[in-house]
Amino acid sequence: MAGWFGGIVNLNVLIGLAMGLNLVALGSSRLPMLIRTMSAQGVLLGVMPIWLASEFDWHVALVALATVLGKGLVIPGLLRRAMRAVSIEREVEPIVGFELSLLLGAGATIGAVAATRWLPLLPEHSGSLLVPGAMATVATGFILLVGRVKAISQVCGYLILENGIYLFGLLLITSTPLLVEAGVLLDVTVGVFVIGIIVDRIQRTFDSLDTRNLTALRE
Amino acid sequence: MNDVLDFVSRLVWWLLLPPLLPGLINKVKAWVAGRRGPPVLQLYYDLARLWQKRVVQSHVASPAFLAGPAVAWTAVLVAAMLMPLGPVGTALSFRGDVVLVLYLLALARFALVWSAMETGSSFEGMGSAREVSFSVLAEAALIAAMLTLSVQTRSVSLATMLAPLPGAGAVLLAAGLFTVLLAENCRVPFDDPNTHLELTMIHEVMVLDHSGPPLAVILHGAALKLLLFSVLLTESVLPVGAIAPLGGMILLLAGVFTITLGVGLVESLMARFAFRRVPLLLLTAVLLCVFALLVAWQGGSVGS
Repeated sequence: MAGWFGGIVNLNVLIGLAMGLNLVALGSSRLPMLIRTMSAQGVLLGVMPIWLASEFDWHVALVALATVLGKGLVIPGLLRRAMRAVSIEREVEPIVGFELSLLLGAGATIGAVAATRWLPLLPEHSGSLLVPGAMATVATGFILLVGRVKAISQVCGYLILENGIYLFGLLLITSTPLLVEAGVLLDVTVGVFVIGIIVDRIQRTFDSLDTRNLTALRE
Repeated sequence: MNDVLDFVSRLVWWLLLPPLLPGLINKVKAWVAGRRGPPVLQLYYDLARLWQKRVVQSHVASPAFLAGPAVAWTAVLVAAMLMPLGPVGTALSFRGDVVLVLYLLALARFALVWSAMETGSSFEGMGSAREVSFSVLAEAALIAAMLTLSVQTRSVSLATMLAPLPGAGAVLLAAGLFTVLLAENCRVPFDDPNTHLELTMIHEVMVLDHSGPPLAVILHGAALKLLLFSVLLTESVLPVGAIAPLGGMILLLAGVFTITLGVGLVESLMARFAFRRVPLLLLTAVLLCVFALLVAWQGGSVGS
């Protein structure tokens, strides 16, 4: 599992950090903090392919560079812009309280690590935290999507969920064509771009970003 | 004869060193703020002054008002005497003494809360309620930390279980224990020792009506508890027990002073948290210790 770069920092330490960032995201009460956490996790995930690859490879380096730029700069930039444009308050409004979501996230993390023992993994993946990390991150994304009121914090939840799926994808990094990776990243960026516009629309129509307004029917 | 000498020197360490720590914290705070600050030995002078004053007691208070501080101080001192001091080990060690230490700390808190409730003041009732409710989570974190050390070293005796964890577990445990140290000793993100607004005070409001020698005992007990937690944190992060006696003691002292410096810096650079956010921070400490426990457990079952 150890790649050409792996001697310096163990990959599991990086994944452990990403799992820690999950919990930071669940506990953060301010939108800028949530966005920063999400993008830090994206950057962390972006550099992971370099650790995984057995030798230097242009394909892998390009994927890493694109991910770091996309998740570290472009997407948080778009979100901050949307936040500034609609000039909303910076508090995250939880439906599921911070303590409870932190406990749920920790439970999901522990459960993911425990459940991995029973999964039929390839022998080279059995000692790695990749699969539990991916499951924990997906669960965190779900908790944020369900447990937060404002559209922007839900977008952050969606992006963390995507980070989890990306972690799963790392298992197959060498056999996935560059085009697929690039397509996924482009989709996510366009998605955030579109959501930025939607956020603006929601704000203009309802004077708030509370997505619960969208469920009420009106004439 | 040697045993007696050992016991007395330990007692001297645990009785004379503690009041230095709050003095150092105040010096660090003054230094960061650009003030000259009170002398480092200020608490020693305060204790000497308080000891000569007489006790003022409320009409409604029962003798427990005076017994509380005495019981609390004795409990903390006994807990401290059970702690190993780096290379010189413990005076008294038996299987499961860590549980006794945890319960003695709980007993000390109970005695202090009882004594605060004896005054019949509603402010002190509020302070006690806060102290007790925060300590529920802080205690859970402390127990998780002790379990981690116990799982790592496969022992339930403080003399052998205080050894540093390898790798990431050590960082998690250190962060968790430092947060517990701040919470248990009523330092800044949880409580402000300098505040004088009864509505926001926690520990300080509990001792508002104490005076004279009982107050001196409470202050000394608080400093003693700070030293106890600093020693605990140092020994569960640094391998103090494994090196030569002199070097080990110097390392232990250096660790304790570094923690004191850290507390002072936290206190200078952070504001106190709002009450409703304190449980979140304490929960973080619990989770840090629980994850350290998991790392220790995984490490134990996978290899070595």
